[in-house]
Amino acid sequence: MRKTECLAMILAGGQGSRLKALTKTVAKPAVPFGGKYRIIDFPLSNCANSGIEKVGVLTQYKPLELHNYLGSGSSWDLDRTGGGVFILPPYAREKGADWYRGTADAIYQNLNFIDLTDPDYVLILSGDHIYTMNYHWMLKAHKANNADVTIGVFEVPWEEAPRFGIMVTDKETGRITQFQEKPKEPKSNLASMGIYIFSKPFLKKYLEEDGVKEDSTHDFGNDLIPKMLADGARMFSYAFDGYWKDVGTIESLWQANMDLLQDQPPFDLKGDQKVFSSNPSLPPHFIGPDASVKQSMINEGARIEGEVDKCVIFQGVRVGKGAKVTNSVILPSAVIEDGAVVDYAIIAQDAVIKAGAKVCGKEGEITVVPEGSVVEP
Amino acid sequence: MKQVVGIINLQEDNSLIRELAATRAVEALPFAGRYRLVDFAISNMVNSGMSTVGILLPDYSRAVLDHIRSGKDWDLARRREGLTYLPAALPDNDSRKGDLKDIYANLDFAELSGKQYVLLTNASYVYNIDFEKVLDFHINGGGGADITMVYSVAKVDSDGKGVVIETADNGIVTDLAEVPGIKAGQKDVMGAYLMPVPTFAYLVRTTYERGGQDFLLDALIRHAGEFKISAYEHKGYVAHINSTMEYYEANRDCLKPEVWEELFMNNDRPIFTKVKDEVPVQYKETACVKNSLVANGCEIRGTVENSIIFRGVTVGKGAVVKDSILMQRCDVQEGARVENVICDKEVIITKNRWLKGAENYPYIVKKKARI
Repeated sequence: MRKTECLAMILAGGQGSRLKALTKTVAKPAVPFGGKYRIIDFPLSNCANSGIEKVGVLTQYKPLELHNYLGSGSSWDLDRTGGGVFILPPYAREKGADWYRGTADAIYQNLNFIDLTDPDYVLILSGDHIYTMNYHWMLKAHKANNADVTIGVFEVPWEEAPRFGIMVTDKETGRITQFQEKPKEPKSNLASMGIYIFSKPFLKKYLEEDGVKEDSTHDFGNDLIPKMLADGARMFSYAFDGYWKDVGTIESLWQANMDLLQDQPPFDLKGDQKVFSSNPSLPPHFIGPDASVKQSMINEGARIEGEVDKCVIFQGVRVGKGAKVTNSVILPSAVIEDGAVVDYAIIAQDAVIKAGAKVCGKEGEITVVPEGSVVEP
Repeated sequence: MKQVVGIINLQEDNSLIRELAATRAVEALPFAGRYRLVDFAISNMVNSGMSTVGILLPDYSRAVLDHIRSGKDWDLARRREGLTYLPAALPDNDSRKGDLKDIYANLDFAELSGKQYVLLTNASYVYNIDFEKVLDFHINGGGGADITMVYSVAKVDSDGKGVVIETADNGIVTDLAEVPGIKAGQKDVMGAYLMPVPTFAYLVRTTYERGGQDFLLDALIRHAGEFKISAYEHKGYVAHINSTMEYYEANRDCLKPEVWEELFMNNDRPIFTKVKDEVPVQYKETACVKNSLVANGCEIRGTVENSIIFRGVTVGKGAVVKDSILMQRCDVQEGARVENVICDKEVIITKNRWLKGAENYPYIVKKKARI
């Protein structure tokens, strides 16, 4: 295989158990977001926009829909000769089979793939964050620092810092001096974004050590990063100042969707970097004669005949006459029948809210109607 | 349908739709917010199970080529079979006009395809059809016809040349004539003809070599007596785009939910088009939209009524768009007002400007104009 400068590996095996009903049939990276996307569109599009031509996607939990969605990678322009998207599920070997035991183990078990593509650098990404970023600049910084590891960091409000992995850095050089995993008393508010660039021989050495360790949890944040730091490796932070959101919970997923609806959204999907996704063949949506639509995002193939306010509406959704849908996210092909009321809710794919039925959550308590379910009045 | 090779003829007369089709083929005209007319012709063939499709290129072919490219968005970028571009014949001393010369120059495509039948269509008709039924009718219905053509019963009178037929009870064509305009109730031939490849080759070869110019007039109508021709009625929605007014009306037909559903929302027969990865439409707080089609990539702050809004259009605060068609990336700025207008691509209506066409004659704004 032709040599690669930078290989990306996307960790996409996460169950996303805190997303409950939304991840019953799909892995978290396949959860829909923003009217037409799925979470994994963001790291994949970032790779495509950063000129990274080889991307390994590590899958494990409920992979069918994710594999089906990725297909040949053509949606992200990643169906390349000798490159593109490589789907890497766990596999059996001579000595038995293992699931991926942690984030580091998932990469460790695919060292043969990394050797095959022969990169100088390995970019590790997680498949569950919403952001657009050009990794090219991060790689440039990595090279300029002559670093072993570069970690993407993001400034969070101090009060939220205890929820993250925190990097304490030298203000001038950006060199990481200390790592605190979910600290009670954070010494910095620079949170790890779960984006790592490793120089390949360095990464390989540490993975091989960690892989055979009995007492390791095989996790980058828990095991590898602290070990590297203790060994005095050249570890640098790379600060990202755009929009970045972990959509690990129902509330944060809902909030990230609502963020798109502001007049000047903090996260601009129309920005310089296009976000690619798989496009179904559907016509422009139809807004009926008696409909009312405000502060909302609506995708193709939807038919809106009722009132929609502050909603994100996916492809093929139907909103019937006299229905009132507010502060909600309606996933693909869900049906809100005539006169139904939906407020502060996430309605999953193919769910039906029958005529006259009511689904009402409230701020901080978003109601989720699971995939394919029917809500009677 | 595996035994049918398709040819989409984009060599068409566009004299009645000059304003919009001066520098592009009629078939490349944007339609219904995100499509181009040629999408229907290609999608209909693909959805009917055909996998060998030739596109007979028009004189202005850049827009068509840029749109279709490898044919991947129609699932026609295949290792075997798939899409073939059929370029027009080189100009030479032979001054004949018409499409026959180009079909003749590309006859090899059909003859070497290894298929049994050829389906020749054009792309100026908007409809969603299953050609499998046409083939079935050709083979089993009407009593062993040599050629089958698709027609629909015209609902209203229309301008522009057309071909009408009369049929016997068994679907066999008894009369076939070119007329200057089609009247309501007449059987309008929709430019789709199915026949065995040797019949097609015979028609094209003998007619061209005897000085014919036009496939329909010289090959088909003149030889009608030699063949048994049957006609299959398409009962669904159909629009012929032959004039600016017809273009305007057909777009507005898509605002009827039943037409929108029939043309675009059939799960088995979706209309494919070039994928652009646009963001879903963003409606802001001041938006007021009624009875409209709005394509992805738009940002709406103003009022939109009874209109077709293509990809990437912005409608500013206080702006009003009524009974209009705004093509890709138009910008209607704050307080501007357009009514009964067709704006070609990338038109800018600056702040507080008003533009109004007549109800039965939309005002057309040229590509990239700034008002």
